[in-house]
Amino acid sequence: MQVTMTVNGTEYTREIEGRMLLVHFLRDVLGLTGTHWGCDTSNCGVCVVWLDGEPVKSCTVLAAMAGGHEVRTVEGLANGAELDPIQEGFRQCHGLQCGFCTPGMLMTCRALLDKNPDPTEGEIREAISGQICRCTGYSSIIRSVRWAAVHEASKEEATAQ
Amino acid sequence: MPAPFEYERATSVDQAIGLLERLGSSARLVAGGHSLLPMMKLRLANFEYLIDINDLHGELGYIRLSDDEVRIGAMTRHRELLESDVLAGVFPIFADAERVIADPVVRNRGTLGGSLCQADPSEDLSAVCTTLDASCVIRGPGGAERVVTMEEFHVGPYETAVADNEILIEIRLPRKNFKVGSAYAKVERRAGDWAVVSAGAAVWLDAGRIVDARVGLAAVGPNTTGIPEISAALRGHEPSEELYQLAGAIAARSCDPVTDTRGSADYKRHLADELTRRTLRTAVERARS
Repeated sequence: MQVTMTVNGTEYTREIEGRMLLVHFLRDVLGLTGTHWGCDTSNCGVCVVWLDGEPVKSCTVLAAMAGGHEVRTVEGLANGAELDPIQEGFRQCHGLQCGFCTPGMLMTCRALLDKNPDPTEGEIREAISGQICRCTGYSSIIRSVRWAAVHEASKEEATAQ
Repeated sequence: MPAPFEYERATSVDQAIGLLERLGSSARLVAGGHSLLPMMKLRLANFEYLIDINDLHGELGYIRLSDDEVRIGAMTRHRELLESDVLAGVFPIFADAERVIADPVVRNRGTLGGSLCQADPSEDLSAVCTTLDASCVIRGPGGAERVVTMEEFHVGPYETAVADNEILIEIRLPRKNFKVGSAYAKVERRAGDWAVVSAGAAVWLDAGRIVDARVGLAAVGPNTTGIPEISAALRGHEPSEELYQLAGAIAARSCDPVTDTRGSADYKRHLADELTRRTLRTAVERARS
């Protein structure tokens, strides 16, 4: 079957099998390997991408279901050479160790900050409760999200002035 | 990845029913897909056709309140149930349950109808609907609709009253002209896991006395279970710790848990007792406030 979807602003049309999962479409068909593939059972959250602006686990969404919709992956976070504040936060606060969970964490945390620009530690923990970090770096991930929240707020303040 | 199948996309409820009529038992509807697709990957389920009904969210994604009932469309997603102020105002049991269903990202996709049709014995929303004495509206060919109770809806584990050419379109929750409180509690091994045991309770009060009360349990039998004996024991009485204790004891001996990796049957009976007391207590507090 033929599927057409927009990924990070670019429209792609490809011939695929109906059973192909979105994570495989992104990685194997489009070559966007930033999205990782982990447990394959919707538990670990390394495959999180956005579907029409909402984080979803792409190992449990058919590529065909994303047909006609907008997908955003970790490759679509940075603005050219300028990192998204959430990426910068992970860099500043050691939000990654092995990096395997990082793409999913970034997508989930970016979505959190879009909805709630000043999340508490509890709210961050709740937001990433469907993401597993096998290095157990949760504390530094939470610090990274707080860093991004604070820096975005001060940036906005500076722009407003 | 699942075994090969043909993908079809439905654009309206009646078109989905048309596809089901044509494809018969070789086809299955897929909504959020977070129960069905993992089962297909594990080869626990296999279908020649999957009919994607996500486009029906516009038609079947709603929460409508009237004086005598709440109607919820089958495609309403978990996140929408969790975030609905209307629902939290009438039946806070939904928000209680949604907070412990999977995780926020999964809740963006999963649906009420999908959860009920999956008919897993430990499924939380089924227990909520059992607690609230919900009716299920099922539509078939020619626009024919029938309404069944939760007991009739769940025929057995992973089995529902929905026929091959039918679709669950709506859940109706009756409202009564009394003060109502409801609550849900679950014991799980880790965040977002299936329940070891969970319990829902709803209590209706008039002049301080219990007019009606319902308790629904999950993960302690072939389907979620409402316990009429508890309702009978509570009706007409003023709420008290002794009454909750009595209800807990009835819950513990009325349920049918099995020993498995999540715990022994005895432990699960203990949980059924304790969770019944806790949810009744919270439900009464909420009805009074």
